[in-house]
Amino acid sequence: MQQPNATLLHAEDLTKIFNIQQGFSSKKFHAVDKATFSLDANQPEIFTIAGESGSGKTTLARMILGMERLTSGVLRYKDRNVAELSGSEKRSWFFKEVQPVFQDPFATFSPLKRIDHYLYETVYNYKITNKAGADDYINGVLNEVGLSLVEIKGRYPNELSGGQAQRVSIARALITRPSLIVADEPVSMLDASLRMSIVNMFRKLKDDHGVNILYITHDLATAYYTADRIAIMLRGWIVEMGPVERVLGEPLHPYTRLLKQSIPAADPDKMWTENVSLTAIESEGQHRGGCKFAGRCPAVMDICRKKEPPLILHQERLVKCFLYE
Amino acid sequence: MSIIVEANRLKAYYMTRSYGVERTVQAVDNISLQVQAGEVFGIAGESGCGKSTLLKVLLGGFRPPLKVIEGSVKYRFDNVETDALIINDASRRDLSWNKISYVPQGSMHVLNPVRRIQDIFHDFISAHRPMRKQDSIEMTQNYLRDLGLAENVLTAYPHQLSGGMRQRVTIALATILSPKLIFADEPTTALDVVVQRGVIQLLKEIQQKEGSTVVLITHDMGVHANLANRIAVLYAGKIVEEADTRTILQNPRHPYTQYLIKSLPRLDERTERVSIPGRPPALDNPPSGCRFHPRCPLAMDKCRTIDPEIMNIRPGHRVACHLVTEETSHATT
Repeated sequence: MQQPNATLLHAEDLTKIFNIQQGFSSKKFHAVDKATFSLDANQPEIFTIAGESGSGKTTLARMILGMERLTSGVLRYKDRNVAELSGSEKRSWFFKEVQPVFQDPFATFSPLKRIDHYLYETVYNYKITNKAGADDYINGVLNEVGLSLVEIKGRYPNELSGGQAQRVSIARALITRPSLIVADEPVSMLDASLRMSIVNMFRKLKDDHGVNILYITHDLATAYYTADRIAIMLRGWIVEMGPVERVLGEPLHPYTRLLKQSIPAADPDKMWTENVSLTAIESEGQHRGGCKFAGRCPAVMDICRKKEPPLILHQERLVKCFLYE
Repeated sequence: MSIIVEANRLKAYYMTRSYGVERTVQAVDNISLQVQAGEVFGIAGESGCGKSTLLKVLLGGFRPPLKVIEGSVKYRFDNVETDALIINDASRRDLSWNKISYVPQGSMHVLNPVRRIQDIFHDFISAHRPMRKQDSIEMTQNYLRDLGLAENVLTAYPHQLSGGMRQRVTIALATILSPKLIFADEPTTALDVVVQRGVIQLLKEIQQKEGSTVVLITHDMGVHANLANRIAVLYAGKIVEEADTRTILQNPRHPYTQYLIKSLPRLDERTERVSIPGRPPALDNPPSGCRFHPRCPLAMDKCRTIDPEIMNIRPGHRVACHLVTEETSHATT
């Protein structure tokens, strides 16, 4: 992995363990297991974290946003340890720098409040401008996402389409002029025809305003379309990470290969020919100690069931698999 | 090939009235379609375009506020024609699950959480074909084995199964009595891609083995590409285009279908994708004329006032667009 001079975000061995209590027994669940990656401050990029449901991608996003406490590991933002920031420093600096966009725009905004209220509130809370300048400032931010203040002023969330509400959500995140936007499944609630407009906007924000975007999704097709780099997660592990053309173009990890093959292509010439097998009962395939994919892996070896595979640098990317040792 | 379901000029509206305010949502407006026996007929469209409402009407299982204003739905089994909208409860009971079956949306949540899978199967089977529990379990075992599903699910409770497995059990449940006609409403939505692939495989296998007809609703064109033989594209309660899968995906004629296909990201190229400007209309107050005209880049004056009829531009390819109709008629004259 490259060690740039100025890192925007550096996550090292981020781990989150949830204790699940069932009656008298308590189980430890590794939602995120030693995630390590960094974002470069000088070169804005769209970094995608992709994986199936339950792979820990949302937990990772919440940890980066400071909404979830780290079980272990270090999160450094602009060379400062986030865990050591005081409450007021977090409010006046960290939360300004890192802003979230959530999955469901209609759950983000209260249906009882007018949607522009959130924009004004953000402006006043972070003391961006005074009352006189607020209208102009908000209009400017809304223009960046293809809306204007006249269009949404006084409107309630249900009066907007999903795409518009998601744009307002992104505009709200842009108000503080963040360097990093953490977008958790921002397009999965939107229709296909509106989806691309949001995704295109992320590319524009990156190019025009130098905003880094952490794009969390389960949809590999939009990930391939937008992202510069991608990390594939499997049950808390990052199993493959690198430039998106390489990782999704020629996936190395058996899990990434399976994922890529399983996306149904809207092309009658590319129908599946072979069948996949699935595990029936949920507890199956959770091998203690070994690789978490060993139960389903077509290339499984003896060592996979006993030892955790290391992260190996192979063909411009990191792969967590014994095959490339 | 014979027609198994036929809808004729079907209009189904949601009519509500609260505090003297009447509201009519024109969810299905003037839809005619014919499904051939033995094919997989796909219905595609965005959310809120009336896909699920159309399915409810085709199934005949709808309640107020949904009302059929006009038109008819007819089933044809063994050359016996039944009108789906006027049959009585007893004959509907005979038809449902035996001949017509339904995989509902979010069907992984339909299993009774306090009963084992084998009990659910027994309840279901014995309601239609009285038999002893032993026999029904044996029948289920054989069926699951044929489909390649693990037999140990029979003694499990639904919560012990993964979402994908529950979905496949529900599909097995809906098809165990070998229905001739299966309606599937978004059978793979909310599943992970690998699991989705397993479910698609299963549906395909059942369809090929039993030779049954499947009416498949989903917004995912990738799923349609892998399953459907023919696709009807719905927009704002109307069919805008209907053709075989290859034509819809590679050579669509209606501007909406063209946009829809063009906006899909692909895994082999990263060219700029455009999305359709604007948003789908609310169906309680649809635009005049062609319902797509406010978003259509090729809209003409005519489109704003006259609603285009769906026309055959060649056998098996129907399009509802003034522009396409004009071009075709010019080409032939």
